[in-house]
Amino acid sequence: MITFEHVSKSYGKSLILDDLNFTVSDGQFAVLIGPSGCGKTTTLKTINRLIEPDSGTISIDGKNIHDTDKVELRRHIGYVIQQIGLFPNMTVAANICVVPKLLKYGKAECENIVSKMLQMVDMEKYADKYPNELSGGQQQRIGVLRALAASPPIVLMDEPFGALDPMTRETLQNEVKHIQQQLNKTIIFVTHDMSEALKLADVIIFMEGGKIVQAASPEEMLEHPATDLVRSFLGKHADHGAPTNVEDYMRKNVYCVQMSRGIRECAEMMARNSVDTLLVTDEGNHYIGTISIGDMRHWGKQLKSIEPLVRQSARTAHVGDNAKESFDFLLESGDDYIVVLNSDSTIAGIITKTSVARSVAQNLWG
Amino acid sequence: MKAIFATYGLMLLRAIGVHSVYVFISVACGFVLGLISGILLSRIPKLSFIIMPLVSIFQTIPGLVFIGILFLITGMTPLTVIIALSVYAMFPVMKNTYTGILGVEKKYTDAAKGCGMTDFQTLINVELPLSLPSIIAGLRMSAIYTVSWAVLAAMIGLGGLGDFIYQGTSSNNNTLILLGAIPAAILAVAVGAVIDLIQKKAMPRGLKKEAVK
Repeated sequence: MITFEHVSKSYGKSLILDDLNFTVSDGQFAVLIGPSGCGKTTTLKTINRLIEPDSGTISIDGKNIHDTDKVELRRHIGYVIQQIGLFPNMTVAANICVVPKLLKYGKAECENIVSKMLQMVDMEKYADKYPNELSGGQQQRIGVLRALAASPPIVLMDEPFGALDPMTRETLQNEVKHIQQQLNKTIIFVTHDMSEALKLADVIIFMEGGKIVQAASPEEMLEHPATDLVRSFLGKHADHGAPTNVEDYMRKNVYCVQMSRGIRECAEMMARNSVDTLLVTDEGNHYIGTISIGDMRHWGKQLKSIEPLVRQSARTAHVGDNAKESFDFLLESGDDYIVVLNSDSTIAGIITKTSVARSVAQNLWG
Repeated sequence: MKAIFATYGLMLLRAIGVHSVYVFISVACGFVLGLISGILLSRIPKLSFIIMPLVSIFQTIPGLVFIGILFLITGMTPLTVIIALSVYAMFPVMKNTYTGILGVEKKYTDAAKGCGMTDFQTLINVELPLSLPSIIAGLRMSAIYTVSWAVLAAMIGLGGLGDFIYQGTSSNNNTLILLGAIPAAILAVAVGAVIDLIQKKAMPRGLKKEAVK
């Protein structure tokens, strides 16, 4: 557990960290985010004492880090930087083993660590390569492994994927999240990319001007952004969660038939469009009910018009209704659709389970 | 030709030997001194802004003058030559070590610190290896210069290939001048080649520029 209590730091007259108070529990993935100059990187660097705060205490598991030896402290905290910083004069294996060697692990143990680590990211055959023989993504993978090699409980990451292309970044994000959960690491991660934060974080700590504006889970932050700045950072992620009405999710290309039409025509229309139900309207296009293939097969031979077969059992909703009720009904009743009507009871569209899926996806990923 | 070698052969071999010993010892001393002072200077970059220009000024003092002054103090011993040559050999190494270490990108020293290296470990594991190309370039320069500066040893009567050149110039004997100059030139080229070889062998693959992805 990492605890910040009244931590402040200033350079000359400008206050970089302004009375920070927060806690990150064990196994948590905490993301520090905010505009540039908000103090997120400074905060990160105070944890491994690359920067010393002017006042306040930072403790790890209740122990004030100011009382521990700097060098010893850093050997037990993983550190990944944006510029990667693999030592170009060392092989991949040697880079991974930097910290274990500083901790005086035996040679066999180091070799063991190297193979175990490389296996984790499928790079076993790269042990004897030099950093300049790897791609950027591969280099940062090794950068992450170097931080993990001596199994530190805490890993600090300072915009580790900022310089990578989007594809590589996404793969590495997945890998890091996976590793974090698998090895149960506490990770403090600095980024300015909100999608990255939303994707990785258990808790997002939003900073501005050296202060914490909001510390919350991604879900809570999306729902209740504390300030306009947080909202604007959330950008598309927050606002697109907003549509809540049935018309935002309904399907508009539905197949209607007038009540006066014959059975044969309806059957053909169903076959042509591969549907098992048609919506039935009167001459003024007002909704009357539905007709299904099952009823037609059963009774159709004796009838000419579809009128007796029209059922009014389908649930209806109106444009402007909250979609949630309809979704709940669909999921609970097992019905396949809900008919959405305009205020003049003409047909606007239908809501299906696909609409539910779309809404869930939109709320999650924007 | 034969006659020349019959007359001077032994003397020439001896002179080359003495010359090489001067060069070897002074470059070795100069290298160690240069490396240490370069490292020390890189630790105090503020002070080095004053020291480096002073060093440059000192370097412009002709070797002839310096060796003369030193002669007054230490007398006519090989030590005089070795001290003078070592001091001159030291400068290029010192300068290149200093600029090499300062030129190490911050991301490497940051990473080293973040991994929990002490300052000394950072120096040994990261800063020195990364400035190796620069340091060796300094060594090369210093070794080649020293070969020519060692000619000055003859000025205070302490042998080396300079003997031939001085005798040649004072007696207007071109053969003698060439007998001193040509081996000195060959020696310089050879020393450079040896250092290039060392560089090739010693440089880790990761630091070679031509490494491909």
